[in-house]
Amino acid sequence: MKLTLKVWRQNNKNDEGRFVDYAAKDVSPDMSFLEMLDVVNIDLVKKGETPIVFDHDCREGICGSCGMMINGRAHGPGRGIATCQLHMRSFNDGDEITIEPWRAKAFPVLKDLMVDRTSFERIMRAGGYTSAKTGGIPDGNTILIPKPVADEAFDAAACIGCGACVAACPNSSAMLFVGAKVSQLALLPQGQAERETRVTRMVAQMDEEKFGSCSNTYACEAECPKGISVTHIARLNREFVSAQF
Amino acid sequence: MNPFFRFINSSVGKKVLMSLTGIFLAIFLIEHLAGNLLLLKNDNGEAFNGFAKFMGGNPVVRILEVGLLSLVLLHIFNGTRLWLGNRSARDKGYGAYRLDENTTLQSRMMKISAALVFVFLTVHMKKFWVPARFQGEHDIASLVYYTFQQPFYVIFYLAAFFILGYHLRHGFQSAFQTMGFRTKRYQSLIEFVAVLFWLVLPLGFAVIPLYIYFFGGSPVAVVQ
Ligand code: HEM
Ligand code: SF4
Ligand code: FES
Repeated sequence: MKLTLKVWRQNNKNDEGRFVDYAAKDVSPDMSFLEMLDVVNIDLVKKGETPIVFDHDCREGICGSCGMMINGRAHGPGRGIATCQLHMRSFNDGDEITIEPWRAKAFPVLKDLMVDRTSFERIMRAGGYTSAKTGGIPDGNTILIPKPVADEAFDAAACIGCGACVAACPNSSAMLFVGAKVSQLALLPQGQAERETRVTRMVAQMDEEKFGSCSNTYACEAECPKGISVTHIARLNREFVSAQF
Repeated sequence: MNPFFRFINSSVGKKVLMSLTGIFLAIFLIEHLAGNLLLLKNDNGEAFNGFAKFMGGNPVVRILEVGLLSLVLLHIFNGTRLWLGNRSARDKGYGAYRLDENTTLQSRMMKISAALVFVFLTVHMKKFWVPARFQGEHDIASLVYYTFQQPFYVIFYLAAFFILGYHLRHGFQSAFQTMGFRTKRYQSLIEFVAVLFWLVLPLGFAVIPLYIYFFGGSPVAVVQ
């Protein structure tokens, strides 16, 4: 396959940035999107140009670092996948592909496609740790958690913190991410001790970071690689309101 | 800061204010439609004018009216505040952005439907509410019959009801999501009740201008 890539290039935080066109030749439909970028980068290095910088680590959809906007979609076309799980067979020979970093005030661009997502980190830190002393390993049957509740908490825990929800949202809202994190602990006995302070602090930090307000468009759920449901946002709202009054 | 103001200025609090004001406005529409349907009675507008007189004269209703107006203003003020805040949360936009592949049209049109409902409300209040409250007009029914003899107003009102329905198509379920009720269990119930608000209610309102235009309503006492 032959493709034309329109890639966002930006030297550093303060650089204006611009789209640059690249021709990608000999792209195999079996390559992942990141492998395709690797091949383009090898060519750039050979020509003495700086390679396109993008975040990546696990390349199997679990670390959450590889986010980028591809043809206007977070993690590209397809549902329930991260960019590293996107294959080139999702495109056609001769396609033009626009590749940009996540866009949000809370995610400043560091270089090219790489953004700074430490705002998520600060929200997690604001949530704090679970102070319940666990002591030795208790007998499993002494902490009863109904299976549907455990499943729901597990679904929330599947969030990999990739930021696609923020990137896809017209308001750059982080509600799906924060909803998942709050839900996960609010559902389990271990999370009860700090239940109210946790949600209050996490929402305050989220606002401090200048993420937008949710307008329930549900674009986040559509783009989340882990299929986190917006019912976790409803729970976040519930938890927050009941913690205030 | 006072806990109430801290809440109302948080991102979640702003949304809760939006949904509470929105839902109260939507509930008001039921009362408004019920009253207006009296216009369809073939009695020279007597029943409707009687109702309007009661509403205008009753002190409790007058207080509720002030409350309703404050709700409208609060809804608009808060909506504008949210819109500006959300706009600034993304300082640089995308070169390509396919929000259309992830969201419904009605959710993307909220600000536009809201602005159009606002235009309608201004015209509507000027047309009927200002004469009734401030210009001593007692025969509002005739004013309505006269207005809906004019094709322009019939079309204008029909368009407005369509847009209001569109605003509520997203807004109603959105409000319940914001208040935290839209769980898996209640989702289908909310969607069902929502139909009453975004479809049945606007259709009910639409009957009035259509009926008057095509079937004349009551004999017209020419006003103005
Ligand atoms: C007068 C002009 C109006 C303006 C400027 C306006 C503005 C808005 C805005 C900006 C939103 C937020 C949309 C979003 O978050 O994406 C909204 C939501 C809403 N509006 Fe309105 N609106 C108006 C009239 C009305 C009326 C007359 C009703 C009811 C009859 C109504 C009911 C709602 C509801 C239920 C919501 C959803 C609340 C939520 O998202 O949680 N609005 N409105
Ligand atoms: S909620 Fe989904 S889209 Fe958002 S950060 Fe977590 S995994 Fe990524
Ligand atoms: S590289 Fe780890 S999720 Fe894609």
